[in-house]
Amino acid sequence: MSTARLVRISGALAEAEPLADAALYELVRVGERGLLGEVVRISGDRGTVQIFEETTGLRVGERLAATGNALTVELGPGLLGSVLDGIGRPLQRVADATGDFIAPGTSAPTLDAGRRWAFTPVIASGAPVRGGDVLGTVTERPGFVHRVMVPPRVTGQVAAIAAGEYTVWQPFGRLEDGTGLTLAQSWPVRQPRPVASHLALHQPLVTGQRVFDLLFPVAEGGSVAVPGGFGTGKTVIEQSLAKYAAADIIVYVGCGERGNEMAEVLEEFPRLVDQRTGRSVMDRTVLLVNTSNMPVAAREASVYVGVTIAEYYRDMGYRVALMADSLSRWAEALREIGARLQEMPGEEGYPTYLGNRLGKFYERAGHVRACGAPERDGALTVISAISPPGGDFSEPVTQASLRVVGALWALDPELAHQRQFPAVDWETSYSLYADATAPWFSERAGGDWLQLRRAMLELLQRDRELREIATLVGSEALQDGDRLLLEVARVVRDTVLGQSAYDPNDALSSIEKTWLLATLCRELLAAGQRALDGGTAFDQLDLAVPRRLLADLRRAADSELAAGAAAVRAALAGVAR
Amino acid sequence: MSALARRHHGAQGVGGPLLYLRRTRVVALGEWVEIRVPGESPWRGQVIDAGRDISVIQVLEDTVGLAPAAVEITLTGREATAVVGRELLGRAFNGMGLPIDGLPPPVGDATRSVWGAPLNPVRRARPGDFIETGISAIDGMNTLVRGQKLPVFSGPGLPGLDLAARIVEGARAPRDEAFAVVFVGIGITSRETDAFLERFDRSGARERSVLYINQTRDPTIERLLAPRVALAQAEHLAFDLGMHVLVVIADLTHYCEALREIATAREEIPGRRGYPGYMYSDLASIYERAGVLAGKPGSVTQLPILTMPDDDITHPIPDLTGYITEGQVVLSRDLHRRGVFPPVDVLPSLSRLMQSGIGAGKTAAEHREWSNQLYAVYTRGREARLMAAIVGEAGLAPEDRRALAFADRFELDFVGQGDARRTIGETLEIGWQLLETLPREDLHRLSDTVWAARLAGAASQPAVVRP
Repeated sequence: MSTARLVRISGALAEAEPLADAALYELVRVGERGLLGEVVRISGDRGTVQIFEETTGLRVGERLAATGNALTVELGPGLLGSVLDGIGRPLQRVADATGDFIAPGTSAPTLDAGRRWAFTPVIASGAPVRGGDVLGTVTERPGFVHRVMVPPRVTGQVAAIAAGEYTVWQPFGRLEDGTGLTLAQSWPVRQPRPVASHLALHQPLVTGQRVFDLLFPVAEGGSVAVPGGFGTGKTVIEQSLAKYAAADIIVYVGCGERGNEMAEVLEEFPRLVDQRTGRSVMDRTVLLVNTSNMPVAAREASVYVGVTIAEYYRDMGYRVALMADSLSRWAEALREIGARLQEMPGEEGYPTYLGNRLGKFYERAGHVRACGAPERDGALTVISAISPPGGDFSEPVTQASLRVVGALWALDPELAHQRQFPAVDWETSYSLYADATAPWFSERAGGDWLQLRRAMLELLQRDRELREIATLVGSEALQDGDRLLLEVARVVRDTVLGQSAYDPNDALSSIEKTWLLATLCRELLAAGQRALDGGTAFDQLDLAVPRRLLADLRRAADSELAAGAAAVRAALAGVAR
Repeated sequence: MSALARRHHGAQGVGGPLLYLRRTRVVALGEWVEIRVPGESPWRGQVIDAGRDISVIQVLEDTVGLAPAAVEITLTGREATAVVGRELLGRAFNGMGLPIDGLPPPVGDATRSVWGAPLNPVRRARPGDFIETGISAIDGMNTLVRGQKLPVFSGPGLPGLDLAARIVEGARAPRDEAFAVVFVGIGITSRETDAFLERFDRSGARERSVLYINQTRDPTIERLLAPRVALAQAEHLAFDLGMHVLVVIADLTHYCEALREIATAREEIPGRRGYPGYMYSDLASIYERAGVLAGKPGSVTQLPILTMPDDDITHPIPDLTGYITEGQVVLSRDLHRRGVFPPVDVLPSLSRLMQSGIGAGKTAAEHREWSNQLYAVYTRGREARLMAAIVGEAGLAPEDRRALAFADRFELDFVGQGDARRTIGETLEIGWQLLETLPREDLHRLSDTVWAARLAGAASQPAVVRP
């Protein structure tokens, strides 16, 4: 067979001839520099390839070599704490090879091939095994057990297995048919990893953000869309969740976003301590970074690489949260490649399969029983930011997401301009997980969690109605009870919904604190109402002191909550002056 | 790219800014092309679609008079490059980097590809060095830091370029470090250029600056190259020579229009308002060339200016920009009409990197609480203003009335500063004085500690080194 050569290069796509023997989505090496690409169309003799690296300088006539594999990612110990590019290359090793700026054609395997890990088997020779069975363990990070599993779809009988120090690709044992057993395995990123069964969602992913935990909770294994125009705080929310959400593993996909933000994450995460484990947040995190000026095809691939890594830890029985920031950039990459392929465009130029692909991506979330023995459950929660053009939610990416996700955290530019952060629009947002997760919260924080949630939503709803009336008749013309409600709603917006990502005590709110702040706001309303009923006029009420104390309580450490609450309650007694 | 130069006689065709070349055996994407017709000055271009059968060349100069049958085309075997170097300081060039100041072309320190390469995120350092611009609405409310890209969203007739000139004049680098300005004019009028340069000369900033000017009358497609040539120079000054570089680009709107022109000529499927679907990626390849490298001196800070068509912030140009940059400074027609300079609307304005640039040791320990409080009262005042327009001030609750009066004074006294340059200390003090006109119970965002410190006159002094 003659060698395939490039006949055309345009943007991220190249065409080569003859490429009739290649398979769709087969990985290829392009040109003298060996750029990585993927076959996206075959027509007669000619194949079209999307290239994951910068194509400037690529010449007509350069060779192209098929690899026989699809785009896969290496899965094994050493992923935690690593920073990968869109196709899974560790950026630190890329930097070692090419310096401060990224040059195309660098080869860097995802896992460190030279590093040795201490492996402890949990099964013995002679045991029959099948895909998903745990063979043994490796301590990947201090206190974190990495379960080494039989790759999916492999079955057989263990012929040999031995404890010891191994590199990721060095066999620690073999099956009777000769298949080597290694710490690492590879998996094609566009294919979901198999599971035994899907389970119901009932446990919340505690985010540490009051507005979400109280009003719009997400269940472990669920999916959330976070659309918002620029400056509404999508990234701050995604980062706060990555830092504080109560998950075992965080996979953070920075898809087409800012380099400086990634620098921020890289500086901050290693220093932050996960309060539940006492270990660095970076120890539970895998970062995928494809900044907006990195090649567009790699951006398309990055969410698949991310979700595959997340599924791998889910299969070990861990609770994993995947943040994608932002899926719009992924969709735009799809659109750009689709346009260059001259596909007939659907809505707003996006390819007609956008909804389909988005749906399949979100469906990789779930609460599952993993394949293999011992029996273990894992969860993969997906929280994806969306960047709608002009902040208009009627656009295809938002709409296609809403058809599949279980919760919507809609961000509102008006609130952001008022510096009300997180700028969650409590009228548009919703969560289908609220009822299923309420028992869990009630058991741990307060028995009235669901009622408290309902009371807050009602108060905010009434507040919006009253503010509309006030713009027509003036706030002076409202009845005293309504003016009180407006004031208390302000306090709720300030102290319950508002949360500062920059205040060390406020950035993470325990569910006890969330419950307490909301409960005290309810008590404030009740105290004010009692005073009004007792004949005090609204203008005579002293709301400023409890309000300030509540603001202090918001900034208080958990150990100071009881004292702070007592101070607020004392002030409530003096509302009637 | 290292192939040798090859010559071709005659092209297949020409249409708008595109030249079509047939049957080139070896051609590379992005290859720099020279096009000559006997008796005419040469055209320059680059390959934007490389094909065995047909290749497309984007011509940077006006193609009027270009006869495809008569051209001699040289494929140079290299991509678009620019000469960079310290000696370029004080000079002026066109959008392709050719001198327009009557002096000979510079030799420079090196020749660089204008496209640059993405900074490896693991080699970036987190930006956090405060830049004092002298503008209260920026220093106090939307603080600029080194390595940030903070665009100015202007509108037709609004003083976006004036504000940029003021920042260039007024910007103070802490610790007196080496500091340079790279100015890129893209499709701006000669009136704008002259006014900008005059202020520049007066402030004595000229000898530490490099100018790249493409005016309205200059070739359109050259606009696509101009910011990249300039950024190649900025990166050299910053990362090779260790200087702190402020890059002012005006006006990105003209750049985007040139991009649209090329896309249309290539018969691409248009995205929103006819702009190409890849405009986000394309703009990012400019804006992302800002930052600080870990363990190295020097920084590239970008201050791009763009005109929002019809003041519409949802227009694709400001919209996509806002998604890439680290905030924005939004100008308000209403404030401009009322004679406030600079007419910055602080509510939609934002600096994403503010939190890492303020606080004790940088500006003042209470800076964050102070600005949160100003935002809170000002927001309440703006709401009250809407309400008062319908029901009259008398219909407002007392706290709303006070907030409304505060908002008026905030716009005139704090945002409005005319020609004065304010230190961060002065900015903080003016804000405090405005806050002190309100009773304590209106200041919900101020903790007792900060309030007590202010009353005791002990509010910490900013630690900015002045030149």
